[in-house]
Amino acid sequence: MTARPTVALVGALVLAMGAVELLRLRARRTGSGRRFFAHRSAVWGVRILLFFTIAALLAPLVAPYDPAAQPGIVTLQNMPPSWAHPFGTDAYSSDIWSRLVYGGRVSLGIGLLATLVAMSVGVTIGAVAGYALGWIDAILMRLVDVGLAVPRIFMLLLAVAYWNRIPLSILVLLLGLTGWFTTSRLVRAEALSLRGRPFVDAARALGASPTRVLIRHLLPSALAPIIVSAVLSVGNVMLLEAGLSFLGFGVQPPTPSWGTMVADGQAQLALAPWTSFFPGLTIALVVMSWNAVGDALRDAFDPRPEHA
Amino acid sequence: MGGGGTWLIRRIAAAAAIVFAVVSLTFVSIHLAPGSPFLPPPDRPLDTAVVARLNRQFGLDRPIRVQYVLYLKNLSQGNLGYAFSRGQTVRSALATAIPDTLLLAGTALALDLGLGLILGIILAARARHATDLILSNVTLFIYSVPAFWLGLVLVFVFADWLHWFPAGFPTSPGLYESLPFFGQLGDRIHHLALPALTLGLVGAAGTARYQRAALLETLGREFVRTARAKGVSERRVILVHALRNSLLPLITLAGLSLPFLLTGSVLIESVFSWPGMGRMATDAVLARDHALVTAIAMVASAMVVTGSLVADVLYAAADPRIRERAS
Repeated sequence: MTARPTVALVGALVLAMGAVELLRLRARRTGSGRRFFAHRSAVWGVRILLFFTIAALLAPLVAPYDPAAQPGIVTLQNMPPSWAHPFGTDAYSSDIWSRLVYGGRVSLGIGLLATLVAMSVGVTIGAVAGYALGWIDAILMRLVDVGLAVPRIFMLLLAVAYWNRIPLSILVLLLGLTGWFTTSRLVRAEALSLRGRPFVDAARALGASPTRVLIRHLLPSALAPIIVSAVLSVGNVMLLEAGLSFLGFGVQPPTPSWGTMVADGQAQLALAPWTSFFPGLTIALVVMSWNAVGDALRDAFDPRPEHA
Repeated sequence: MGGGGTWLIRRIAAAAAIVFAVVSLTFVSIHLAPGSPFLPPPDRPLDTAVVARLNRQFGLDRPIRVQYVLYLKNLSQGNLGYAFSRGQTVRSALATAIPDTLLLAGTALALDLGLGLILGIILAARARHATDLILSNVTLFIYSVPAFWLGLVLVFVFADWLHWFPAGFPTSPGLYESLPFFGQLGDRIHHLALPALTLGLVGAAGTARYQRAALLETLGREFVRTARAKGVSERRVILVHALRNSLLPLITLAGLSLPFLLTGSVLIESVFSWPGMGRMATDAVLARDHALVTAIAMVASAMVVTGSLVADVLYAAADPRIRERAS
């Protein structure tokens, strides 16, 4: 590696570490903030997530090579890790570390955007069902029952059949639209429990429209569980994306995603194990970080001994 | 108890309705997808006139509601249709694939629950000690690992490198038929080890985290304090008093882990060239094999729904408080 990517890499690491310390200073003021930072694995999770996010955002600086470059398809393919190629090269002689950095844009981006879709749909449907009740609620909740009865990957396989080479935007939408079922149940339960509370009755008596009651009064109270399930969902979506891409139905080459990189390496597993190993390890680390952060957030919002 | 009986009947009816909805939605979805079982993606070109004739011959050119009614009529007579991509009936295709998937998923579930339970007890007993901190991070890592990648790592270590286990297939091709009975059994176990371990480990990590939380919650209850006050040893408090009461959620967890096992089997069967339902689903969708896709969705959703139904019934049978409320 030359000087520029090494400096950028160290810079990304320092930035991630520093940002966590700043957050820790701010969080010290509140009880839930202190409880969150008491979870050491969650703090490491935030560091890892920030690092990969910064690296993905600054990919042209951090990546030592062009991720699509195939400098020596005959001489440089499947090179083991070395100083020039810290994670080795793949079957097309591309630098794996550079592809990992750029692949983070795709994998993290899909995880975040698909979760945004899933949460928007889930919150809307859950709130409408819990507030309207009656037949609207019955229909929506039966829909959720059906959605939960099919393993998500089957649903995605069915949907993916409509495209020959699936565009990224559609993939994000599909991942989001198959992931809102449990969230809507959660929000519905929350809306039901808040329904008869005095402050909600007061708002309605003052003439607030149902939309206003939902957005101004119900949602803020339900925010904590929604945030927790959103954070846990990002990791879950990233695993699904990796699985779909591994089967060849997700992100299409030559776009690098961490899942496609594991799939590309499968063919030369015995010959060049590093081609699959590092991308898969990155997925595991990042998903683990999301899960650790989600667990700690749940504990911070709602302290109970069993979550400690 | 009459109330309990109607509760069960209503649950079964709801489960059947869900499976029916899944079948209908899958049927419509796969029929509307572009392509035809006679014209799979470009690698198998066929004359368009031939494709049109085949479509007409098998009724695939008729309106979808006509095909749907016909499908339901056949289904009511136990006829699942013909799997064009495999040249056999859907029934015989399922009959070869389901046992392989059940063998893999069943072994994985046993590993999942057994290993997860033991790990969960250790984690809860050593809560907030170094053992717990280290093992908790290890279980969180395994819980977060992509299952197919864990499969590849195990293949590299135990098949490619150490040569302890074969890298794929349920039996040794060519050799299996010539083995005596116990040789065949050994061969099967030998082949089952890596895929079942992969799926079981990921599942066990989740179960252990769940069991740890359930056990810790129980350990905070009044009757545990009473037992400790009586001078019962800590070992007995955990293994007898608390464990019994924390086992109930495990029933639900076992019922709910079916979707996880089915999802895992789609990917794991691909890694280990395992000819089960998961791999068949992928191939069938690619080949637009309408009847096979619909049948697989039916079997998968029936498994999931039955799993949660059985879990609910067992839970009610094990916990008198639930039984009271249901009836």
